[in-house]
Amino acid sequence: MAKKKSNTTGDGGPGLQRRQFLQAGLAGSALAAAGTFSAPKTAGAAGLEIPDWSRQLGASVDDAPYGKPSRHESGVVRRSVEWLTATRESSINFTPLYALDGFVTPNGICFERHHGGAADVDPVEHRLMIHGMVDRPLLFTMEDLLRLPRVSKFFFLECAANGGMEWRNAQLNGVQFTHGMIHCVQYTGVPLKLLLEEAGVSTKAKWLMVEGGDSAGMNRSVPIEKALDDCMVAFAMNGEKLRAEQGYPLRLVVPGFEGNMWVKWLRRIEVGDESWQAREETSKYTDLMPDGRARRFTWEMDCKSVITSPCPENPLTQKGPNVITGLAWSGRGTVKRVDVSLDGGKNWTEARLDGPVMPKCLTRFYLDGWEWDGNPLYMQSRAIDDTGYVQPQMTALQKVRGVNSIYHNNAIQTWHITKTGEVENVRLA
Amino acid sequence: MSVWLKGIAAALALTFVASGPLDAAERKYEGVGRTPTAEEIKSWDIDVRPDGQGAPVGHGTAGEGERVYLVKCASCHGEFGEGGGRYPVLIGGHGTLKDMRPEKTIGSYWPYASTVFDYIKRAMPFGDAQSLTDDETYALTAYLLFMNDVIEEDFAVTQDNIGTIEMPNQANFFMDPRPDAQPEGGTACMKDCKDKIEVIGRARVLDVTPETGGDTTEGAEAAPAEEKTEQVAAAETGDPVAGRSVFNKCKGCHVIDSPKNRVGPSLHGVFGRAAGGVDGFRYSKDFQKVGDAGLVWDAATLAGFLTDPKGYLGGVIGKEKANTRMAFGGLRKEEDVRDLIAYMKEASAE
Ligand code: HEC
Ligand code: HEC
Repeated sequence: MAKKKSNTTGDGGPGLQRRQFLQAGLAGSALAAAGTFSAPKTAGAAGLEIPDWSRQLGASVDDAPYGKPSRHESGVVRRSVEWLTATRESSINFTPLYALDGFVTPNGICFERHHGGAADVDPVEHRLMIHGMVDRPLLFTMEDLLRLPRVSKFFFLECAANGGMEWRNAQLNGVQFTHGMIHCVQYTGVPLKLLLEEAGVSTKAKWLMVEGGDSAGMNRSVPIEKALDDCMVAFAMNGEKLRAEQGYPLRLVVPGFEGNMWVKWLRRIEVGDESWQAREETSKYTDLMPDGRARRFTWEMDCKSVITSPCPENPLTQKGPNVITGLAWSGRGTVKRVDVSLDGGKNWTEARLDGPVMPKCLTRFYLDGWEWDGNPLYMQSRAIDDTGYVQPQMTALQKVRGVNSIYHNNAIQTWHITKTGEVENVRLA
Repeated sequence: MSVWLKGIAAALALTFVASGPLDAAERKYEGVGRTPTAEEIKSWDIDVRPDGQGAPVGHGTAGEGERVYLVKCASCHGEFGEGGGRYPVLIGGHGTLKDMRPEKTIGSYWPYASTVFDYIKRAMPFGDAQSLTDDETYALTAYLLFMNDVIEEDFAVTQDNIGTIEMPNQANFFMDPRPDAQPEGGTACMKDCKDKIEVIGRARVLDVTPETGGDTTEGAEAAPAEEKTEQVAAAETGDPVAGRSVFNKCKGCHVIDSPKNRVGPSLHGVFGRAAGGVDGFRYSKDFQKVGDAGLVWDAATLAGFLTDPKGYLGGVIGKEKANTRMAFGGLRKEEDVRDLIAYMKEASAE
């Protein structure tokens, strides 16, 4: 529980330190570390010396035709875990969740997962073919697609293997690595339903096979119900054209479903009456149970949340007032509530959902008014969606699924805040 | 069928009623896009389904496949399909699916033979995709199936039988039954949900998190302050939280939370240890003398040393200034020294 302390502690303690901290930040002596600005506790007085940037001219309007983050934020980057995969091309990197606020992920730091490297596709030569059980097979250029009605919507995309390294035990010490196979952007594109209607899908059709134009020829089966529901063929993210590593010039958007189905560099959609049982829905992306049998077509990303600050990358630097914030999402609908526990799951307090709360989209939450008294504690968050689904503890998941299912780990995360303010990824019994 | 699918199926029935079948005779956006030629469709359409639909004309045997395999596949997947590095294992693993470390291969796990053809044809060899002929792909499929004891050595895989080969693990796949692992009664407990907290794993102990380097995760590297930190007497007036920032000055050379040496010796367990006492670290001559003179690290000796490293050690061995390899001038502020030592006490605990 948040211990509310009086603000008039009289020792010039937390309040004063906080002020000095802020002043130091404003005076620029703070160096950007992790997701926060950190400054020595005893920063010098602010504003006594006029800094260079207050005297001299800054950069011109021609210096950065495509802007980048401040150089002080250069550490906010995607990172990978080298030992995870055989090659750097069929591999994955992670979104620096610890450094983000709000619910939108900037394009340049959306995590990447490729199976044959990020293809560099020429949009002029790129085509999308729709064929199979349709009345009229169709071939579209990118120009064609831009002549069709389009929509813009926010969705999260999470890899089914997000948290996959944590099934047996707490393994990676950073929210970037435990939860960073996720991003959330606004997609713009043509509803898939519209394209299928143009082609005239047979009433006997049950599945689509969607295929990418990369060297992995990534292919997946998508049930027709989903295709006609909310899928999109997107060409833009956050207002600009897709990034190459996100499938430029065209990717499938399959809201709420595992990221592998969101085929990038989308070149072909075949309509059929049976699933294709592609390698990525048999050898991979099936979930092995303790009895040796395996779940298949585990598409939905279950409701999940994580505290992104504090976290191992964002240790506490001061006692007293501090912000607890995180992200929650559900592939089955809308986040209804997020609870935070400061005692390892014994007691819970409802957090505040901030900003727009949309279906199949990241939702930002805050626990307001928290003050750290300097004692160690175990912090958790738990999300509940509008289907009533409650994010489970790992023990509950393991009871059903064992530890070898790799995918769909949506367990509650525990951060141990130590006496020194550091934050550690731990597993509770 | 999952609950979800059933729901959607019901919704879909409604959609059809509401908006009519999707195979409407008319297009709404006539003139956008064009009809692909039969030849275009054929050249794009590389997929093969479990029932054999899409399989191109061709054939191949294990013997033919082995020759291709050794030239085009073995460099990554191993001569016997054993993988290596983190390249996928292609052969073996039978009966391991219930083990602690299951080995999922074509033979032990894959439900359909068509997938072998479909995947190799589109994605392998890695980095030279779609370079194999259909006969080569059939032959490789035959080779991998034979090596996994699915077919006989002389069995030729063709477009006619690829959809009929039965895989041993096919019956063991079932439709997603989620949602699962839900609380009893379906509601989330808010108060007194458990009695005690027991830590059974810590990421830090495994130490497999990549180094994030630079300023970016300043502070991410530090101490597994155990529960015993709570027992540390309040007598140390320093603030360990503030001390962690001071330790940034030392981090480049010292690790404090594990017994790893860098430029400087590990400070893990430094309290109560003799100066120069880390086995296997090459101390300077003067530092060894300090150790021989009996200096032991505690809050007081550390405070002296960290305020004026050379002068303090010199005092111990009767010199004005000792010749230590620790290129660090000393901390000027008394408060910093106090905070730092409070931090070190927490963070260095073994
Ligand atoms: C340069 C290295 C390399 C070569 C050469 C290579 N592969 Fe692969 N293979 C890989 C990698 C890497 C993967 C995993 C790709 C992924 O998961 O994205 C893979 C995956 C596979 C798989 C799927 C394994 C599974 O369990 O899902 C099969 C089957 C396969 N390769 C067959 C072949 C065949 C047959 C050849 C020869 C024609 C071949 N490979 C050549 C690197 C290679
Ligand atoms: C530029 C690298 C460097 C920096 C910075 C540095 N040290 Fe050292 N430290 C060393 C080296 C090298 C030694 C061994 C000295 C020798 O052999 O002469 C050492 C020795 C020590 C020892 C003695 C350990 C033993 O095993 O006896 C302590 C304690 C220590 N340092 C603490 C600190 C602290 C605290 C800081 C920060 C305030 C710090 N050091 C900063 C390099 C450094």
